[in-house]
Amino acid sequence: MTDPILQIKNLITEFDTDEGRVRAVDDVTFSVNAGETLGIVGESGCGKSVTAQSIMRLLPQPMGQIVGGQILFQGQDLVSLTLDQMHKIRGAKIGMVFQEPMTALNPVHTIGRQLAEVMLLHKKITKQEALRLSVEMLDKVGIPSPDIRMAEYPHQLSGGMRQRVVIAMALACQPQLLIADEPTTALDVTIQAQILELIAELQRDMGMAVILITHDLGVIAETSRDVVVMYAGKVAEKGTVTDVFDKPSHPYTRGLLASIPRLDTPPKAKLAIIPGMVPGLLDLPKGCRFENRCAFRTDECVQVQPPMESISASHELACLRWRELPAVDSRSGVTA
Amino acid sequence: MSVDRENAVQPILQVRDLKMHFPVREGLLLRASKFNKAVDGVSFSIAPGETLGLVGESGCGKSTLGRCITRLYQPTEGQILFQGQDITRLPARTLKPIRRDIQMIFQDPMESLNSRHTVGEILEEPLVVQSMGDGASRRKRVVDLLDLVGLPARSVTRYPFEFSGGQRQRIGIARAIALNPKLIVCDEPVSALDVSIQSQILNLLIDLQQELKLSYLFIAHDLAVVKHISDRIAIMYLGKIVETGPGESVYLNPQHPYTKSLISAIPVPDPHHKTQRIVLHGDVPSPINPPSGCSFHTRCPQATERCSQQMPVLEHHASCHEHVTAACHHI
Repeated sequence: MTDPILQIKNLITEFDTDEGRVRAVDDVTFSVNAGETLGIVGESGCGKSVTAQSIMRLLPQPMGQIVGGQILFQGQDLVSLTLDQMHKIRGAKIGMVFQEPMTALNPVHTIGRQLAEVMLLHKKITKQEALRLSVEMLDKVGIPSPDIRMAEYPHQLSGGMRQRVVIAMALACQPQLLIADEPTTALDVTIQAQILELIAELQRDMGMAVILITHDLGVIAETSRDVVVMYAGKVAEKGTVTDVFDKPSHPYTRGLLASIPRLDTPPKAKLAIIPGMVPGLLDLPKGCRFENRCAFRTDECVQVQPPMESISASHELACLRWRELPAVDSRSGVTA
Repeated sequence: MSVDRENAVQPILQVRDLKMHFPVREGLLLRASKFNKAVDGVSFSIAPGETLGLVGESGCGKSTLGRCITRLYQPTEGQILFQGQDITRLPARTLKPIRRDIQMIFQDPMESLNSRHTVGEILEEPLVVQSMGDGASRRKRVVDLLDLVGLPARSVTRYPFEFSGGQRQRIGIARAIALNPKLIVCDEPVSALDVSIQSQILNLLIDLQQELKLSYLFIAHDLAVVKHISDRIAIMYLGKIVETGPGESVYLNPQHPYTKSLISAIPVPDPHHKTQRIVLHGDVPSPINPPSGCSFHTRCPQATERCSQQMPVLEHHASCHEHVTAACHHI
């Protein structure tokens, strides 16, 4: 059995906005095992990116603040670290890949300089060594003629190549944990397939854990062992991918899985929908966050916030009524 | 209703060997020495009430093609026939009445709706431009349109920013159907939306098609979405259509090597599904200087000598489903 490399316990992150304080992440708990991939899935505004920013302590300042909970990385609570201590972890022990590679790279510096900088910052090596290692790293992420690419600027590369450079930077110091926030959302499917395969390959080689944040349930099913489904700042359901995809138990997870057109659904058939939309963080419902869109709502759901409950050793969810809900067919969501 | 036999088979839209080459201006005199061949010889037709799905990756020319058909771009070569009439080079004045019949839905509803106009003004504008009805009847039409797309009548006095992404796309759809068009070019209408909202909009588009007898050219990069809404699919690569056919058969039995790799690359939301993934190497070549012969040969796992020399023709092959055409030497 593997031990968790990262444990997030009751994390609460809040933002100050013009209209007041909002809670973007509310009491989120999950853990990531060493060498394994955890997927976080949810729609825009569900708090998945804020969770990642909280782990990296990269919340927009001064608006964003962690107001509660713990982020234990190898047993050490990242929330209590000073900025200097955090600098030593970021990039060295935890690497991060963002959605838009162009904004993650500095447009006025060469690829080589940016890569070498990461290594010089975290390793005791000479500049020559750093440059040599950078070429090696570019080669490892599958960039053709890496020595020539070293002297080029980000705008000279295609989107897929840029994302490879960002991955090379994130992995330059062989981190134990990689956080990838929508790493393939801006890319085409064939390029997405290349990048996901690359991440999986490097993960096998280097034995790192990966947190993959995405809105694409397909990407999660193909890459992750465990999955956390977030909705409006809270964890709706979590478990192994087989638990959650085969036996989706939260009405939101069921709705999500049923609403995606699949390649085997009959053409022009009515898709299942989740009516309405995600509540704003400023006017969250008092009870269950999903209450206003849920087909199984009762008065209790409106009043009471559902606690996390275990379905099995590896499968948890937050729904008051999960025991009473009809059984599901894993492929088409709710059965009639 | 008896329909004239000839009319019944006449396509609503026919595109013949369409080309859109954008000049790339360089040097001191800004001479157009090179051309970006965004669309390079595309032919297809759409029957009344039919949806043709156009799939391809960024830069393949699918949006440019959509904009040529709505005459937002003036194509370089080729023909666009709408209900048999050649509209490729019609001047603005003669084109105006035809614009009622061909409308467009854009990807980003925030950018395609005027943020300083109320929803009422936005929806009334096409009616005003085409001088349809008087003020009172137009306002009634606006309320009817809102109802058709599932928005409350009180939306009339609100501004686009007051709506969510999905609702804004509903406004974009209402504007597109305001003039009772026959053909709508939908350019990535659900790509910017969250999964749970995407299915709402797809259902709406399917309902409206049946209710209003619309034809769609549905452009998107998400093959699962395109297959769901389309009767036929066309796969585009580097300015050309490489394969066409009924959605089911293109997906279940892809012929062109590019289609095969595209379908194998789609992540399936089922952890038990095991794909034999064909990972393509390299990037899409530049449309300014496309490869010789078959434009896919630089990335194709099956490419031979012949592929780099001779351009394959989009045609039916004896081994394929009867309505499938593909442009490949190796089928």
